[in-house]
Amino acid sequence: MNFKRFSRFAAAAAAGATLSFSCLAVDITGAGASFPYPIYTKWADAYRKATGVGLNYQSIGSGGGIKQITAKTVDFGASDMPMKPDDLEKNGLIQFPAIMGGVVPVYNVKGIESGKVKLTGPLIADIYLGKIKKWNDAALVALNKDVKLPDQAISVVSRSDGSGTTFIFVNYLSKVSAEWRSTVGEGTSVKWPTGVGGKGNEGVAAYVGRIDGAIGYVEYAYAKQNKLAVAQMANKDGQFVIPGDDSFKAAAAGADWAKAPGMYLILTDQAGKQSWPMTGASFILMHKTQAKAENAREVLKFFDWSFKNGGKMADELDYVPMPDPVIKIIQSEWKGKLRDASGKPVY
Amino acid sequence: MSYVPVAQIPQSLDIGRTTSRKQGPPAAQRRYSWVDAFFRNLTRFFALLVFSLLAAIMVSLLIGSWPAIQATGIGFLFSSDWDPVKEKFGAVVPIYGTLMTSLIAMLIGVPVSFGIALFLTELAPGWLKRPLGTAVELLAAVPSIIYGMWGLFVFAPIFQTHVQPLMIDSLGRIPLLGALFEGPPLGIGMITAGLILSIMVIPFVTAVMRDVFEIVPSIDKESAYALGATTWEVVWHVVLPYTKIGVVGGIMLGLGRALGETMAVTFVIGNAHRLSTSLMAPGNSIASALANEFTEAVGDIYSSALIELGLVLFFITSIVLALSKLLLLRLSRLEGERS
Repeated sequence: MNFKRFSRFAAAAAAGATLSFSCLAVDITGAGASFPYPIYTKWADAYRKATGVGLNYQSIGSGGGIKQITAKTVDFGASDMPMKPDDLEKNGLIQFPAIMGGVVPVYNVKGIESGKVKLTGPLIADIYLGKIKKWNDAALVALNKDVKLPDQAISVVSRSDGSGTTFIFVNYLSKVSAEWRSTVGEGTSVKWPTGVGGKGNEGVAAYVGRIDGAIGYVEYAYAKQNKLAVAQMANKDGQFVIPGDDSFKAAAAGADWAKAPGMYLILTDQAGKQSWPMTGASFILMHKTQAKAENAREVLKFFDWSFKNGGKMADELDYVPMPDPVIKIIQSEWKGKLRDASGKPVY
Repeated sequence: MSYVPVAQIPQSLDIGRTTSRKQGPPAAQRRYSWVDAFFRNLTRFFALLVFSLLAAIMVSLLIGSWPAIQATGIGFLFSSDWDPVKEKFGAVVPIYGTLMTSLIAMLIGVPVSFGIALFLTELAPGWLKRPLGTAVELLAAVPSIIYGMWGLFVFAPIFQTHVQPLMIDSLGRIPLLGALFEGPPLGIGMITAGLILSIMVIPFVTAVMRDVFEIVPSIDKESAYALGATTWEVVWHVVLPYTKIGVVGGIMLGLGRALGETMAVTFVIGNAHRLSTSLMAPGNSIASALANEFTEAVGDIYSSALIELGLVLFFITSIVLALSKLLLLRLSRLEGERS
């Protein structure tokens, strides 16, 4: 046969071969929070290299993740804001934490290096309420006697989109400031009394980096990657801690997952001398009754593998992996609650 | 022109009207008449499709925003409160932002486009016309998100450090107008969004203006020049009156783009749900509020309030289109009266 027919035949054969090959692996899909997106994709990459199963994770935000899993368009949803046990029951879902991280306050004041400014929760709440307008306000100066705070307006940067990072931040502020709780409240999206809104953690980091005199809040990995100055914070025990692996792990260590019904636990304002006050976990949501048991099994195998082998990758990206005792609790949740259509346990 | 009586039209040219009643149309015509009917119905279908799509979009927007309409009623259009936690929503801030940024874009973009079109048609040397025209058209080809990124990473810092302090110090001191230029120089805000939008609007308005300026019959311009008119007088008294309708049409095209622009505005408008008299302050536009908040909106009322914002934008654009059609109608009627 001539070259044209041969090349067409070869192309068809190659296409057929690749298609049939990819049919062997079951790809799993997930959608939700952008907070853990970097670590999930890193785990997915390593998992595919190890087992050949791919994970397709779309970072559309916690609200989007909840919507998608309720509509059953994905195998699992991811949300930084845990669902209350009643809502879990109503929607027939289970949730478990997959990774932890911290939200840190970042600032951009000329001449003041990272880690030099000390802040407390009530002070941050007052700044974001618009009550403290300048860097050399009396309350800030009293706390930071060894730093020369300039006579400059504070440019507040918040989030314009709904986000789990926002939830962790405002949840903490609601715990430490009664005025914040009554005026603004908590949620993935709130009515900010003042400031400009950046789109995503990236947007907030960009604004804080560019505006002199700005203050904002981002997930720790973004502060590190964009080399923003981070502030120390006073935790529940009254100690000033600098954000980082150690303080996040300290906050996570104090968490009592065994007693939390439906694994609903918010890690902000944890006790402990070294604890970082704005730590949070990111949760995975799955349906209790799995119509596609094979997909559910692949999802659980993926997280099992990531819990066992993903610790180093999480550390590299400044997340805190779940400690072993909590992994055992998570696995017993899987055994106890996940069933396929006929009632058999999936895990 | 001489008339040929129908009876003398040769058979081959017969359009079938005189013979069809008794013999039916000739074979060739019968073979093609179903093609005609098919084509006619196909085009009719496409036209109806456009109508039905429009109606479907309106209906789905109405259905989607029904929970919010029930919860907030007409107060939605007059309240500036946007509280997702307490589930109170009001559209004043996004509507104001959309209209204000489009107004700034038009105020700056239209004169600049007029200048560019004028230069291209009247003043530019022959060798410059094509490259300059291509360059302006290339501006239209740049994706809007690139404008947003350029605005945030390049334009806003320069604006913040060099231009805004000057504006605040000089224009901020004018007694009444100064209130428009108060506040700390953030770099981002309504005025930055308006400026970026004006750059995006310029290619469209320039293209239309240049096209209509070029079709002005040269006999009119030459006559004016012969009478001793300057270039400016020719443009103002001959070219512009002739091309009024096209110019207004081009401006409306640009305005339509400015009203709906999403990504470029989202990057630089500052995304704050607060009303402020100052243009330097951050604000919000309908499109950027939707882009920011839609995927993460939790709760029925929140999502449907956002859909209601979309419905409001739909109405604003329809009203602007209707006003432009009315203006064009009035202009052409005036033209008719004059000639």
